[in-house]
Amino acid sequence: MKHKCIKLIAVTLLISIVCAVPVLAEPSFYTYNYDYWLVEVPSPDAYRVSSYILGENMECGAFKDPQGLYIRGDLLYICDSGNNRIVVVKALENAKYEVSEIIEGVTIEGEFSPLNYPMDVFVTPENDIYVADTRNGRVLRLDAQRNFVSAINKPEDETFTETAEFLPFKLVVDVAGRVFLQAQNVNKGFMEFDINGDFIGYMGANRVNPSALELIWRALSTRAQRAQQDLFIPTEYSNLAVDEEGFIYATNTSNYADSVRRLNAMGNDILIRNGIEAPMGDLAVGTAAGISGNSKFIDVTALENDCYACFDRTRGRIFVYDFQGNLLYAFAGLGNREGYFTMPTALDHMGMSLFALDSRTGAVTRMDLTDYGKLVNDALLEYKKGHYDNSSELWEQVLKRNGNYDLAYIGIGRAALRQNDYKKAMEYFKLKRNSAQYGKAFQLYRKEWMETNLWWILVIAAVLIATPALYRRIKRVWKEVQES
Amino acid sequence: MTIERFGESLRYALYVITHPFDGFWDLTHEKRGTVAAAHFITLAMIIVNICLETLSNFQFHEVRLERFNVVYVILAIIVPLALWTTAKWGLTTLFDGKGKFAEIYMATAYAFTPYVITTTLAIIISHFLTFEEGIIYTFLTVLGIVWSVGLVIASVMMVHDYSLSKALLACIFTIVGIGIMLFVFTIFFSLISDGIAYFVSLYKELAFRMT
Repeated sequence: MKHKCIKLIAVTLLISIVCAVPVLAEPSFYTYNYDYWLVEVPSPDAYRVSSYILGENMECGAFKDPQGLYIRGDLLYICDSGNNRIVVVKALENAKYEVSEIIEGVTIEGEFSPLNYPMDVFVTPENDIYVADTRNGRVLRLDAQRNFVSAINKPEDETFTETAEFLPFKLVVDVAGRVFLQAQNVNKGFMEFDINGDFIGYMGANRVNPSALELIWRALSTRAQRAQQDLFIPTEYSNLAVDEEGFIYATNTSNYADSVRRLNAMGNDILIRNGIEAPMGDLAVGTAAGISGNSKFIDVTALENDCYACFDRTRGRIFVYDFQGNLLYAFAGLGNREGYFTMPTALDHMGMSLFALDSRTGAVTRMDLTDYGKLVNDALLEYKKGHYDNSSELWEQVLKRNGNYDLAYIGIGRAALRQNDYKKAMEYFKLKRNSAQYGKAFQLYRKEWMETNLWWILVIAAVLIATPALYRRIKRVWKEVQES
Repeated sequence: MTIERFGESLRYALYVITHPFDGFWDLTHEKRGTVAAAHFITLAMIIVNICLETLSNFQFHEVRLERFNVVYVILAIIVPLALWTTAKWGLTTLFDGKGKFAEIYMATAYAFTPYVITTTLAIIISHFLTFEEGIIYTFLTVLGIVWSVGLVIASVMMVHDYSLSKALLACIFTIVGIGIMLFVFTIFFSLISDGIAYFVSLYKELAFRMT
């Protein structure tokens, strides 16, 4: 009997070994990153859900189809679009929230004008509110006491035809009071309005880069086929956010354009893309659970430390990039569990905490940085400040928690390079295959090696050159001696 | 065949790569080359290619070692060489070429001597270069390939006693011939597997009816 048992176990093991098929699936872990070979690597959680903000739990009642979220200070401005109002929520201590204000309309010249499906809101440091009152086709500006100041209506411009509806979606306001607006069916870039609400022009139109194959395919298609295909025209931006320095981050859901751009006042893209790949969300995409295709960023928020987080509608993920365009961590997903989303809609931040708005569940999820996430951010910050010793130590601590974190190896390598420890730098860069940095370290190492070892190389060279001549001379002298 | 003859014929490869026309003519017509030396060069090519994948500095040659398979590297040399030689032999026999099968193989193998030399140099030098100096590495590898391809064309001219235009034409037709051979192989194997599948299903059907 015992014998049989052992046999059975052995056979079972054998079968399990033979039949073990590697399963390629979407990552089932919450937080992950990509390595050099563009393979997902699980990582400790950098962000975890700390609380939810639900209309049901406050006196304002449930949110209906909320579309926009803006945070200034400790106030959250939630566009409760389905209820035609803006709810201002105050974040209190220990994850409590209370409604501080509800805006349902404005009084213009003594007449009350209700909001109609407002989709975005922006608050200036002076506490002025700009509301994209979408279905009324206007942008409202209210002062701190919520009195009507001015409105931006459909611009009288030749680029705007009479029949086209003016539906403002998303907006930001810069320090000079200029309004940058994305309206529906406007693909020439953001509409720019001056402080008086006059239309100035378009800014930062999307560039379209179709691949060579698509161009060939298009050239070979018939006219009827071509009409069916996607047009290679600039697409509309999906969202925008303004960062600490006043630059505008803009996101894009088209496959043919950059997923995220950072625009200066001229409308030029100045985003740094030094990562393995340009920031575009998921790098290895498959089809699973009926979801396929590239990530589609529908919102972006720029954190205070020059990192930025993008919200992906395809898979409900949040991607956080550093100022060089390296992916720090990606997390979350689609679903009905805690920390997952059903219809990702908007993303904003308060300090280092992220607030994600889900328009289907009508909930705002607050996610706070974990210790691991703090370490990563601290290490980045220390390096940027020039404290290489400190950053190296912090990266070491990151490695203790996550030995697969490429940026930590490269961070230690960079710190070692700055401290003239070329050998260590080379070792760390080689581990993560950073050719450019390795080259820099190796060049310095080679120079140092040559400087310390040049003397004996020269001695050997001199000996090698001198020996034959010397040998010949001795031979000649010896001959002469013998002959004489 | 003695070891001296082998060594001499191998050393002759160095003469061939610098004096291609003279060299290839004498290689076959004066019996200066040996098949053993050609085998040796092919083997060297395989070893150099394996080293290229495993020993090069990672800055210039990226290999994912967990996906590296030495059998593919060997086949990537043996199969094209065999196809080339066979197709070339078949073609030139029809179009009054002079060379024998062994001679075609020998000349082709000898023509790849520069590739072996420059790739070896590139592997060694890759450990002393920085990323920015990678142009030297690229130059060496490209030089080896261009030089070898030039020699292959020269070998076709000399071995079969063709003019340049005829040699180029023969090379193009050889490539077409390789395509046809691969096509026939594929059809053959798919037919065989279909045939086996027919009998297997016939047997299954019968077994099902009988019981």
